[in-house]
Amino acid sequence: MADTLLKVAGLSAGAGDKAILHGIDLAIDAGETHVLMGPNGAGKSTLGHVIMGDPTFEVTDGSILFNGADITEKSPTDRSLAGMFLSYQAPVEVPGLPLYTFLRTICQMRPELKTTARKFRDEVGALADELDLDQGLIMRELNVGFSGGEKKKIEMLQLLLLKPKLAILDETDSGLDVDALSIVSKGIEAYRQRCDGSLLVITHNTRILERLDVDRTHVMVKGHLVAEGSASLIHEIDAHGFEHYEHALESEG
Amino acid sequence: MARTQVQDINQSLYDFVMPEVGAERYADGLTPDIVRAISKKKHEPAWMLEMRLQALELYQSMEMAPNWGASIEGLNMDHISTYVAPNAKRTNSWDDVPDEIKETFERLGIPEAERETLAGVGAQYDSEIVYHNMRESVADQGVIYTTIEDALTDPELEPIVHKYFGKLLPMIEHKFSALHYAVWSGSSFVYVPAGVTLPFPLQSYFRLNAQGAGQFEHTLIIVEEGGNLHFIEGCSAPKYNVANLHAGAVEIFVGDGAHMRYSTIENWSKNMFNLNTKRSTVGKDAHMEWVSGSFGSHVSYLYPSTILAGDNSDCEFTGITFAGATQDLDTGCKVTMNGKNTNASINTKSISKDGGINTFRSSVIIGPHAENARASVSCQSLMLDDMSRSDTIPAMDVRCASASVGHEATIGRISDDTVFYLMSRGCSEGEARTMVVNGFANPISKELPMEYAVEMNNLIKLEMEGAIG
Repeated sequence: MADTLLKVAGLSAGAGDKAILHGIDLAIDAGETHVLMGPNGAGKSTLGHVIMGDPTFEVTDGSILFNGADITEKSPTDRSLAGMFLSYQAPVEVPGLPLYTFLRTICQMRPELKTTARKFRDEVGALADELDLDQGLIMRELNVGFSGGEKKKIEMLQLLLLKPKLAILDETDSGLDVDALSIVSKGIEAYRQRCDGSLLVITHNTRILERLDVDRTHVMVKGHLVAEGSASLIHEIDAHGFEHYEHALESEG
Repeated sequence: MARTQVQDINQSLYDFVMPEVGAERYADGLTPDIVRAISKKKHEPAWMLEMRLQALELYQSMEMAPNWGASIEGLNMDHISTYVAPNAKRTNSWDDVPDEIKETFERLGIPEAERETLAGVGAQYDSEIVYHNMRESVADQGVIYTTIEDALTDPELEPIVHKYFGKLLPMIEHKFSALHYAVWSGSSFVYVPAGVTLPFPLQSYFRLNAQGAGQFEHTLIIVEEGGNLHFIEGCSAPKYNVANLHAGAVEIFVGDGAHMRYSTIENWSKNMFNLNTKRSTVGKDAHMEWVSGSFGSHVSYLYPSTILAGDNSDCEFTGITFAGATQDLDTGCKVTMNGKNTNASINTKSISKDGGINTFRSSVIIGPHAENARASVSCQSLMLDDMSRSDTIPAMDVRCASASVGHEATIGRISDDTVFYLMSRGCSEGEARTMVVNGFANPISKELPMEYAVEMNNLIKLEMEGAIG
C-alpha cells in the first residue's frame, strides 16, 4: 500500500458569510494522479486554494494532513516549502520583478534545490526549451504582458524546477490552444516521471485527461464531493455531463 | 490572516553619532554678526558679504510658514545653529582627515566608491567640506572640481563664481533660499570645459553630524558646450530628538549640446527638515536628467526645476519617494519650457506606509514661444496600508497652441492575490511584499549607477523588514 500524501477530512470552508465547501473527504497517495471534475462554480478551485492555504477562505471545520502532519493552520509559505504546489488558473503579474530573479529566489530558499548560478541557468534554459518557451521571456517581468499560454507554461516551468511532492493544477488546461495544451501535457508527464509526484488535476473538460494516466476521479457539485471512481468515470461524465449528480444532490437535500 | 507588521526603518547604517571634537559652533539663531563671522572666516570678497547681509535682511522680512504643503511646525530657527565647523582642514588625502570623520565616511562607503567608480569626491561634514579630490586624468582635461570657498580665493575662478553664483536661484525665491544665501557654507564647484566628457561621475556627500544644526551647502555646476557630466549627491545624518535643518541650493548651467545627469540618494534622519532648492537651465540641443531617491527626513519640500531655454533641449525627471511613519514628504519637480521643440518627461513613483504622507507636486509651464513642446507626466503611488496617504497635485500652464501634454496618475495597493501567489511558491509574507515593492521601484533603480541601485534596494528591504505573516 502506498503512503497517504494528502488527507482531507470533513473539510468545510467559505469566504465571509458564504459557505462554499461542505464536509470534503479526499485522500491522495504518493505517486497517484487524481482528477477533480464538476460544473462551473462547484467549488473545485476553492478546494485547491484551501488546500494551499489561501487566506481568502476560512476553514470552518475539518482538517488537512500533508505527509502525516496537520497543516490546516499553516501558512501557504510553509505548505510550499513542505512540498505542495498550486498551479494557478490565472497566474498573477508582478511588474518590475524579473522572472529569472524570481525563479532563482524560490529555488535558493529550498536547501535541497540550492545550486550554482551556472547550473541553475542551464537547468532553466533546458526546461524553457522543453516547454517551447522563448528564452527572452525568462528575462522579462513575471507574467507581465505574457499570453495565457505563456503564463501556464511558466507555471509548468516552476513546477518542474520546484519538484513538489504534490501538484494541484487548477484549470491549467483552460483557454489553451491545441499546441499549448500538448506542451503543458508534456510538462505534466515530465513532472510525473521525474519527480514521482502526486497530482490533483482540477478541470471541467476532459481533453487534457486523454493524455493522463488517471488513478481516481472525484466529482464535485455545489461544494459537495458527490462521486468517486476510477478513470472510467471520466468517460461517463463525458457522455452524460453533471446534470444527474446535480439532481441527485437536490433530491437528497 | 494576521495583519502585516512592518517595523520602523533600521537606520543603524546611517544612524551613528560622532563626538563633536573641537568643533567650532556659532550661537543658535541668526544675527548680522554671525553672517559677518562666517564670511570673514572664509576670507570672502566684499560682494559675497554684501549678498549675505542682503539675504539676511530679506530672510527676516519674509513670513515663516508657506500656506501650502507639509507643516514645518517643530522647526524653531532660534534653536538651529547655522554654522558648525569640524576641527579639520580641507584636504585631498583621507589620511589627513581626523579619525572620527574619516570613520564616518568609511562607514558610508565613500572612499571605497571613490577608488572604484568615481572621478572625484567631495565630502562635507556639518558646515565644511573636509575632503576633496579628483582624478588627475580628469583635472588634465581642464575639469575643475573644488569648493566655492576655494574658488573665491582663486583669481582665475573668482570671476566665474561671481558670474554664475545666485543667478539661477534668486534669494527672493522663498524664505529658506534667503536663509541659504545668508549663511551658506560648504560647497561644490564644478566646471566642465567645452567638449569634455567625464568618464566617471563626480560625487559630493553631505553628512550632518551636529545636533540641532543646519546644513546650507551650495552646489554650482557649469557644463560648457558639448560637455558631459554625471554628478551624484548623497546625504545622511544621525537621528536626534531635536530638529535639524537642511537648506541647500543647487544651480546647474547646461551649455548648448551638453549632457548633464544629476543623481541624488537622500536618506536624512527623520528629525530633518529638508527644504532644498535645485534648478538647472538648459541650452539648445542640450539634455538634463534628474534621478532622485528620497527616503529620509521628517518633512521635505523638494522640487528640482529645469528651464528648457534652448530650442530642441530636453529633460527627464525620474524620482522615487518612500514615506514611512512620521514622514510628510512633499516632492516633485518643475519644468519651464521656453525653447521650440523641447521635450520634458517626468516619471515618479511613491511608496507610503505606516501613516507616511506622500505628496507629488509638479508644475509644467509651456511658454508662448515653445512651439511643438511635448511634456508627459506620470505618477504612480503604492500604498502599503490604510493609515498612509498619497496625493497627486499636477499643474500645467500651457500658453502655446502647438504644445502636446499628457498626464497620468495611478494609486495602487499590493493585492492579496499577489501576496498569496508569491507565498504559495515559498516566499514569506514579508519577502513577498518586498518583492512587489522592489519591483515597483525597479524602473527607477535601473536608472541609478549599480552601487546606488543596490543601496536603494537595501533601503527598501530595511523599510520592509520585520514583516510577519
